[in-house]
Amino acid sequence: MSAMVKDNLSEIVTVNMGPQHPSTHGVLRLVVDLDGETIVGVRPDVGFLHRGVEKLAEHRTYHQFIPLTDRLDYLSPLSNNLAYCLAVEKFFDVKIPERAEYLRVIFAELARAASHLVWIATHALDIGAMTVFLYAFRERELILDMFEIATGQRMTSSWIRVGGIREDVPPLFFEKLKEFVSIFDDRINTYENLLTKNRIWLSRTVGIGKLSREDALDYGVSGPIMRGSGIDFDLRRDEPYGIYNRFKFEVAVSDGCDIYSRYLVRVKEMRESNKILQQALDQIPEGPVMTDDPRIEIPSHEDVYEKMEALIRRFYIITKGFAAPKGEAYGCVEAPKGELGFYIVSDGDTKPYRLKIRAPSYVNLGALEAMAKGHMLADLVGIIGSVDIVLGEIDR
Amino acid sequence: MLVELIFVVIKILVVITVLLLGVAYMTWLERKVIGHMQVRLGPTHVGWKGLLQPIADGLKLVAKEDIIPTMVDKPVYIIAPLLSLIPALSAFAVIPFTNATVNLFGTEYHLYITDVNIGLLYVLALSSVGTYGIIMSGWASNSKYALLGSLRSSAQVISYETAMGLSLIGPVLLAGTVSLKGITEAQANGFWFIVPQFVAFVVYLISAIAETNRAPFDLPEAETELVAGFHVEYSSMKFAMFFLAEYANMYVVSSIATIVFLGGWNGPFGPSFIWFILKIVALMFFYLWLRATLPRLRFDQLMTLGWKILIPIALVNVVVTSIVLYAIN
Amino acid sequence: MEQLGFYILAFLAIISSIFMITRENPVHSALWMLLTFFSVAGIFVQLNAEFIAAIQVLVYAGAILVLYLFVVMLLNPKSKGFIRIPFRYVLGIVASFVIFVQVLLTLQSANVIGKAGVYTQEAYKQYGNVKLFGYELFSNYLVPFEVVSIMLLVAMIGAIVLAKKD
Repeated sequence: MSAMVKDNLSEIVTVNMGPQHPSTHGVLRLVVDLDGETIVGVRPDVGFLHRGVEKLAEHRTYHQFIPLTDRLDYLSPLSNNLAYCLAVEKFFDVKIPERAEYLRVIFAELARAASHLVWIATHALDIGAMTVFLYAFRERELILDMFEIATGQRMTSSWIRVGGIREDVPPLFFEKLKEFVSIFDDRINTYENLLTKNRIWLSRTVGIGKLSREDALDYGVSGPIMRGSGIDFDLRRDEPYGIYNRFKFEVAVSDGCDIYSRYLVRVKEMRESNKILQQALDQIPEGPVMTDDPRIEIPSHEDVYEKMEALIRRFYIITKGFAAPKGEAYGCVEAPKGELGFYIVSDGDTKPYRLKIRAPSYVNLGALEAMAKGHMLADLVGIIGSVDIVLGEIDR
Repeated sequence: MLVELIFVVIKILVVITVLLLGVAYMTWLERKVIGHMQVRLGPTHVGWKGLLQPIADGLKLVAKEDIIPTMVDKPVYIIAPLLSLIPALSAFAVIPFTNATVNLFGTEYHLYITDVNIGLLYVLALSSVGTYGIIMSGWASNSKYALLGSLRSSAQVISYETAMGLSLIGPVLLAGTVSLKGITEAQANGFWFIVPQFVAFVVYLISAIAETNRAPFDLPEAETELVAGFHVEYSSMKFAMFFLAEYANMYVVSSIATIVFLGGWNGPFGPSFIWFILKIVALMFFYLWLRATLPRLRFDQLMTLGWKILIPIALVNVVVTSIVLYAIN
Repeated sequence: MEQLGFYILAFLAIISSIFMITRENPVHSALWMLLTFFSVAGIFVQLNAEFIAAIQVLVYAGAILVLYLFVVMLLNPKSKGFIRIPFRYVLGIVASFVIFVQVLLTLQSANVIGKAGVYTQEAYKQYGNVKLFGYELFSNYLVPFEVVSIMLLVAMIGAIVLAKKD
């Protein structure tokens, strides 16, 4: 709260919150109308992190844009890579090798777990439970280590390519993954022990930040917030992309419509991600990780060093890129924060004519006012935490 | 006469030195205990296992530039930290921490500073004076955040003082005295008041945590909701004084809990002093444990807990205790 | 020695109350009032009335004055130099003088000045201040005590009704 203005005509006090505020999770500015301590209106003011990603896409080849997708929701970069690559692949109707498909699922689910871990950590810290923060970051560190082993990067990994994966993962990755899968469920129990039945946690979350089923539909929210409002919908199950239809998992739904039910949904989702990871580990076959479709294939390094054609092909596709046929495509995934979609219009060039990102955080933040109205100012922090926003994605 | 005077002065000096050292090492213990609870290490660099860390912190705070903002009310601004710290330290004048005595020139002297027949009331009165430190610092800082923070903290402290006072009435009825030494001696038979007065003990413990602004009632430190509490504008030694006062107050409330509910210096064997310290450390550990475990209450929930739950429970406890005592006698 | 203590405390009480009424800033006044309370509590201690002293600090300094401060800090009244208005100044002096004479005469006629109480120093030492005080309160002064309790209860209910009205 950096300034307070008293409106002389009414009892409504307008308070500014952010953009430099520790609990707005980035550079979010909120203009809050207060009647006493009760919130009567919240107007999010976004755009402090605007980088013009959608416009930049029009000047990049399809591959060159992948690193920019990392910087949308920087807590789950591989989900973003995946959503973008799925959209581009729709132009080519390409067959992705099995191993690549499995690795994509593993990456996406690890990214979901990492993102939810950051969420549970910061959300609990906002409400004052400091220990959960450190526990969750301990587990996130394991995931980031795995990302580093697989991709060389902890966060902005840019590893998924149109047509597959950049390179196969080293054997160490699977060792680490096995270890992680075996302990993760137990670690989630630890967080739940600290929070799920804690009276103080319940009194801060149950019945707070209500978003009714109707409102959730009207605002078009997606992801855990939607499922926390009792809407049983998950892209992974209902419009499966990749090979998600091969996995057995439950969609976490809770109809409390409050912060607590969003908490329950996300915790359940972490457990389900763990199940998917286990199944993927059991089923993953050997084989190539990049498609052999000549239109979009990036030849591997081994081929480049030995074969003339591969060298030329690689040089061509990296410098000039590949042209997508004229038309449009929409690819979306169930990202940790909700439905992340890329809508691409192509005029037949190697660069998109127009690219639009459906960022889940942006849409979800729109429902903030509906959630916060009638609650107390002190609850606003918890409500923002339960929306789980990432400003990189909102401002783009 | 002169011997007695000198002896009292020495006792005061020793108690205050030990207390301040205790406060300093409490911060070390807090960081270590919570660190290990949170899979961290806590301080390790200064001294063996970071044991010199509190000294380093103290030196750092003393060496920092003492900033007095331009628009503050200077005299009040300077008095406020003293008003916080002095009552907290003065409370130890009546805390009987051992029954050991020394023989000086033919007269027996006890080792604690003094015993007054209104000991418990004296401590309660001092802790209510401590509120002024909070209120004055918030007001004198001439800053909205400090003012709001101080209003919150002092409202919290005053509310929980009521519950705390009421919860102490039960044991006082049992002991038949408000002298802290008398209360300790009433438990000398090993029948500690925590057994018949368990409800009062729980009420006291909760109010004591709220009274000292500790987690889960540490609203002044809710940095996700507000900048800091009443002491935003303070720096250097003045800030350190608030810090010392907070921890000294923790010692005060733990000492009272030890004396009133846990039998004070009474223990099955060995020197009484050790038992007193052990009980205090156990209570302190409990505070730290809570801090590592619990989230934070909202302000209105905190007030509801104090006024609508703890005070009625404490009142019922007083009534029940009186009736039972009357029936027995 | 005890005489000296009394004079120091009495001097402090008078000086701080003069400061209290002459400060223009209400918060400063409150702080001087706090000092007055402490001095008076000290005088009570010298009279072997430790209980009254503790209650003086606990109730007046710890609760009532804090509430005053809350009001002052929240409303932040701008001092318009209350004491500079001559009429009120004179009125205040006259009123306080009248009250002073009234109290003096009452005490004189009640014939309590300089009279020893029922309890001796030894009784105090043996039973303690609190016990004797409680005993007196619940035997000789039971009716006034109960009347005061009921009055306070009524005041409390009144305050709740007023606050709940909205």
